[in-house]
Amino acid sequence: MEKAKVEIDYNNEVIKIRGLKKSFEDFAVLRGIDLDLYQGENLVVLGRSGTGKSVLIKLISGLLKPDHGTIEVLGQEVNNISDKNLQELRIRIGFSFQNSALYDSMTVRKNLEFPLVRNRKGISRKEIDTAVETVLEAVGLSQTINQMPSELSGGQRKRIGIARTLILNPEIMLYDEPTAGLDPITCIEINDLINEVQQRYKTSSIIITHDLTCAKSTGDRIAMLLDGQFQREGTFEEVFDTNDPRVKPFFDYNFIK
Amino acid sequence: MDSVSDQTTPEYKKQSTFKKKLANFFAEVYRIHLFIVRFFKEAFMPPFEFKEVIRQCYEVGVRSFTLITVTGFIVGLIFTKQSRPSLITFGATSWLPSLVSIAIMRALAPLVTALIASGKVGSSIGAELGSMRVTEQIDAMEVSGTKPFKFLVCTRVLATTLTIPILATYTGFIGLLGGYLNVAMNEGTSYTTFMQQVFQPLVYLDFTASLIKSIVFGFTIGIVGSYQGYYSNKGTEGVGKAANGAVVTAMFLVFIEEIIIVQITSNFR
Repeated sequence: MEKAKVEIDYNNEVIKIRGLKKSFEDFAVLRGIDLDLYQGENLVVLGRSGTGKSVLIKLISGLLKPDHGTIEVLGQEVNNISDKNLQELRIRIGFSFQNSALYDSMTVRKNLEFPLVRNRKGISRKEIDTAVETVLEAVGLSQTINQMPSELSGGQRKRIGIARTLILNPEIMLYDEPTAGLDPITCIEINDLINEVQQRYKTSSIIITHDLTCAKSTGDRIAMLLDGQFQREGTFEEVFDTNDPRVKPFFDYNFIK
Repeated sequence: MDSVSDQTTPEYKKQSTFKKKLANFFAEVYRIHLFIVRFFKEAFMPPFEFKEVIRQCYEVGVRSFTLITVTGFIVGLIFTKQSRPSLITFGATSWLPSLVSIAIMRALAPLVTALIASGKVGSSIGAELGSMRVTEQIDAMEVSGTKPFKFLVCTRVLATTLTIPILATYTGFIGLLGGYLNVAMNEGTSYTTFMQQVFQPLVYLDFTASLIKSIVFGFTIGIVGSYQGYYSNKGTEGVGKAANGAVVTAMFLVFIEEIIIVQITSNFR
């Protein structure tokens, strides 16, 4: 499905990262990153495995602490706020994990209810049911409501993972390898879902991937992470209009040239 | 400062490894301390996860019930059987119910329950939380604005702390039944007489000390299992290590605590 035109507010940065550095023991993963995500935009972060793409979104959501630099999300400095404020900020950020991270001891319904009942005090049973049915309908999996995660396929698990984040109506979505390990048809469905979420929920998103089809079909802007820094940035065509030996093979392999 | 040549000697390497291990040990002790402090901070602050605590209590009880029933009965039966010859030598078989009751109620019931629960419950908490950690389920809870520590750790620790004293009491009575079976088979003592003799030597302190012991054991099993699982890493290997670490550490600590509590309570006798 062709990506529909979306309105991006380039005067409004929902995420602003400056001079971000992160090392694990002696290995510097991120070496001074600057990044802006604009309101309504889908930004794809591309890069090889181990380049720190997932680390970047874990830093944004406060799961990891940076060694240096600032991360401002929706006007708040992630590493300089109280636990209570961080918790409130996280409700406004949806995080879709690479392996879906569904709670395997709970049914799909319980998985979806879990963040809702804990974050919306005094919510009625009827409101919970409506919210669950709405997000399940949005990801096209209403029939799975009483199933356990172990009974779902990989693609279905991804969708339910996305539904679980959508139930809190996030303003920002962080997708970690949304198409990893899926067949091409399911990948297309997930890409369409990401675009649909952008349209329907008016989210701004960072999509971490090394799948160029996903990058091309979902990204309004692409940023390529190489050697711990963003080396190329722009539209899909702009990023790959180069003979850089670090970038070219990436494109050639993905499109089987 | 050591010269470069000194640093390559086997003695230096040995010393440096020892220092590293020692530093790691104290770092681990400090982390456990923080974990326990965090438990007390979060467990008694609203909102409370009552439903989950009850569910976990049920899980802890169900997981250990059959094994505790069988083991408790056998321990009572065997202990009575093995004590009999010594008492026969002194012509004191009539003291058997008293001996059995003191041994079971003071020491064996809480200890046997704690050891079984370490194996069944501690390992399962370690493995469960460990697998949730490696599959990013704990991170998923964290980023969705919920408090995984409260939901996963506090509920489990509260459940073991509340349930293990109940299980220990149950083990005590089952153990006494085992003892009764042996006494009844040999002396033909009636159940009422046996029970009268059982409760005669027991004092309030025995029950209180047993209860305190079981509470401490329950807390230890819950905390150790949760700590091992909550901070597990290195994929599926980490899950195995968490489960194994939970059992070994909990059992070791249970014995240490047993010695300490016995020493303390003996001062009040």
